[in-house]
Amino acid sequence: MPKNKLSDLWGTISRNQILIPVAALLLLAFFNLLADPTFFRIYLNQNANGDPVLSGNLISIIDSGSELAILALGMTLVTAASGGQDISVGAAIAISGSVLLRVLCGADSRSEEMQAPIIVAFLIACVVSMLFGAFNGALVAYFKIQPMVATLILFTAGRSIAAWINNNELPIVKDPSFGVFGNYIPGIPIPTPFLIAILCFVVTWAVMKFTTLGLYVQSVGINEKTSRLNGLNPELIKLMTYVLLGLCVAVAALIKVSRISTINYSVVAKDIEMDAILAVALGGNALSGGKFNMAASVLGAYVIQFLTTTLYKFEVNATALPAYKAVVVIILVVMSAPTVREKLTALTKKLRSSAAQNT
Amino acid sequence: MRDGAVLEMHGIYKTFPGVKALQNVDFTLRRSEIHALMGENGAGKSTLIKVLTGVHIKDGGDIFISGHDKPVQIHSPQEAQKLGISTVYQEISLCPNLSVAENIFLERSQGLFVNWKNVNRQAQELLDSLGIAVDATQQLGSCSIAVQQMVAIARAVDMDCSVLILDEPTSSLDESEVEKLFVLMRKLKKDGVGIIFVTHFLDQVYEVCDRITVLRDGQLVGEYEIESLPRVQLVSKMLGKELDDMADIKGETSDKPVRRGSPVYEGRGLCSSEGISPFDFKIYSGEVNGFTGLLGSGRSECVRTIFGADKVTGGDVMMDGQPVKITSPREAMKNGIAYLPEDRKRDGIVGDLSVKDNIILAMQVKQGFFKPISKAKAVEYANEYIRLLDIKTASVNTPIKSLSGGNQQKCILARWLLTHPKYLILDEPTRGIDVGTKVDIQKLVLKLASEGMSITFISSETDEMLRTCSRLLVMRDRKLVGELKGDQLTQTAVMNTIAGGEKNAKK
Repeated sequence: MPKNKLSDLWGTISRNQILIPVAALLLLAFFNLLADPTFFRIYLNQNANGDPVLSGNLISIIDSGSELAILALGMTLVTAASGGQDISVGAAIAISGSVLLRVLCGADSRSEEMQAPIIVAFLIACVVSMLFGAFNGALVAYFKIQPMVATLILFTAGRSIAAWINNNELPIVKDPSFGVFGNYIPGIPIPTPFLIAILCFVVTWAVMKFTTLGLYVQSVGINEKTSRLNGLNPELIKLMTYVLLGLCVAVAALIKVSRISTINYSVVAKDIEMDAILAVALGGNALSGGKFNMAASVLGAYVIQFLTTTLYKFEVNATALPAYKAVVVIILVVMSAPTVREKLTALTKKLRSSAAQNT
Repeated sequence: MRDGAVLEMHGIYKTFPGVKALQNVDFTLRRSEIHALMGENGAGKSTLIKVLTGVHIKDGGDIFISGHDKPVQIHSPQEAQKLGISTVYQEISLCPNLSVAENIFLERSQGLFVNWKNVNRQAQELLDSLGIAVDATQQLGSCSIAVQQMVAIARAVDMDCSVLILDEPTSSLDESEVEKLFVLMRKLKKDGVGIIFVTHFLDQVYEVCDRITVLRDGQLVGEYEIESLPRVQLVSKMLGKELDDMADIKGETSDKPVRRGSPVYEGRGLCSSEGISPFDFKIYSGEVNGFTGLLGSGRSECVRTIFGADKVTGGDVMMDGQPVKITSPREAMKNGIAYLPEDRKRDGIVGDLSVKDNIILAMQVKQGFFKPISKAKAVEYANEYIRLLDIKTASVNTPIKSLSGGNQQKCILARWLLTHPKYLILDEPTRGIDVGTKVDIQKLVLKLASEGMSITFISSETDEMLRTCSRLLVMRDRKLVGELKGDQLTQTAVMNTIAGGEKNAKK
């Protein structure tokens, strides 16, 4: 009976947590299709350097959503293990970006040449960022401070630490080779941030596949006592998730700083922590920790970016943008709330059974 | 409705995806009676109660309540409460940081302003009238579990209930506390309340109940007067087969294991941060021994020290004659020790994870971070133990929290068996689970021991321990006070050793 199979399939899909971000994405796409089919058009342009590059709304979404999607990876782990969120990622990006520029520019913030290889600068930024992650993680895991309160410290201090690292100067990297991470690699028409994001997804997938990180993190997030009695070290695992988020922060910082080859301490990655948390929530992950679905979080991140781009497209005033965004977010979050989903499942079941009776 | 009935349920049906939880179940509760609802795990007891209290909505059937001429529809716990149906669950659902009086009147606050003097006085009157010796202004969390349980009952009674459901109220109480609870139940019975009593303790059923309804596999087996149903028959009705299970086990224990070589585990002067006096302990290959003693005597703390679950503060450990250091669960696991904790929900299961993940957890941790067990292998392991231990679950991917208590326990057992331990510690593995599973677990213990595994078995039911253990270590006041073996293994000897201290005091 194909009809039965179809409804079974529908049942599986509707129970899957990835449904919410997928549905939201389809809805946004459908809306844009109705309003203006040219929204989806992708052009092949030439950029200022004369290289062929793809452009269009879709490209802009996958480009600008990269930092958020990368952060969503780490935020999902932190949320799952510690049952709380890191609100300092924006400030941490400022710090990490500042470190990156400091190493690249050395003492002279206007130097013509890079003072260190990019890879060295990036690795140092990674270490610093992971150390700050470890600081947050230690407060949460060993001192049992509420994650939001623990990370509030860095949230408050982070941007001034970032400014202090460069003596409050704004170093500029003049070497164009640094710009490739935030723009295009000559000859490749796809924006580099998206390629970096893809690389991050692949690495994450491999880590999930070839280590037991997923099981450990979920186990610790669901029942710490049991985890300990089964030989796990819950504190260490929580700490590890914050360190991994630190790594994600460093990658996001590289992209952010590379986009403009400089930094603005008070504006860079502003409010990105909220979007990252939202991405996790939109993915249907419980913010109280436990089970998680990484792919759903990533999709959630792109949904947020899709929404932002759509609103820009409709020429919503930049200052009014957050308000519009909030309305859509309310709808999405309410839809993905477990209680609402339960009710919806019950409703569809009822409808189906009454339909079956009628036939 | 029949005369004298306060509640009648007719032909109740309830289906969950893949499971027919209740099929055509009838249940009648009379005024002024204590009615035991019995059945194995998964028999449908909990579902029936949840249907009655509005947690689940029935798929079919009628519920009649005295005073209503039409069948009633119960869609929520609040509606059940309005109809006079009150429930006290196994896990106390009160607020420990509020006072007793506040807890009692929590749900019926009279507007925004509260006259606390009045509330405290009313609460005290209510408690006094029920013979519960507690100060209404005391913080609930500082009362014993038994008193908290009784406060929960007082609250239920205060909401004018005619049907009181007690779901496993005694599972965390000791004997004297149970006795107090029974006094209260009998008093309520006299006052005309109909009480549904769900428990796994057969003794308690025969002590306090008037009638028994037995369910099996979601169907009604029958309703019996207590005098007309001897224990053995009750057990066989619950299990659905004529079987003298207890005799079965006794037969197997006759060939008690022989000790040879050096002990598998030997500890000297072990103590932990939980304040037990330093104790010595050893176990040989193929031996089953146990810690016994009253609740709080320190028997769990002893095994937790052995496993490194509490902070170990002293002692030397030898395994197979080699000195080893065990101060954490991880080190214990590395040395081939497994530990099934006393509190299944708090320390045992990882609720939201699947049956499969719960089963492979310990083995995975032992294997290490960079060697994940493949999905196919995990399913294979899980299925193997689901078959071996007869775990009832819809699939390997079902979250463990949706399984019944006994099946959860079997999953935890499977988790540890999968690690092939040399030495298995079972702390109250039979608590709060049905008779059939209890018997299964005891049989399994003996079978594993005969294959050479060393097992420490703890149970608050002494006869269970007498049946399975060849050596009993007796605890009193956090001290190891005696060891019984061979002919000494009798109920009286155990009782005497446990009670020893009081005798000395009288002298």
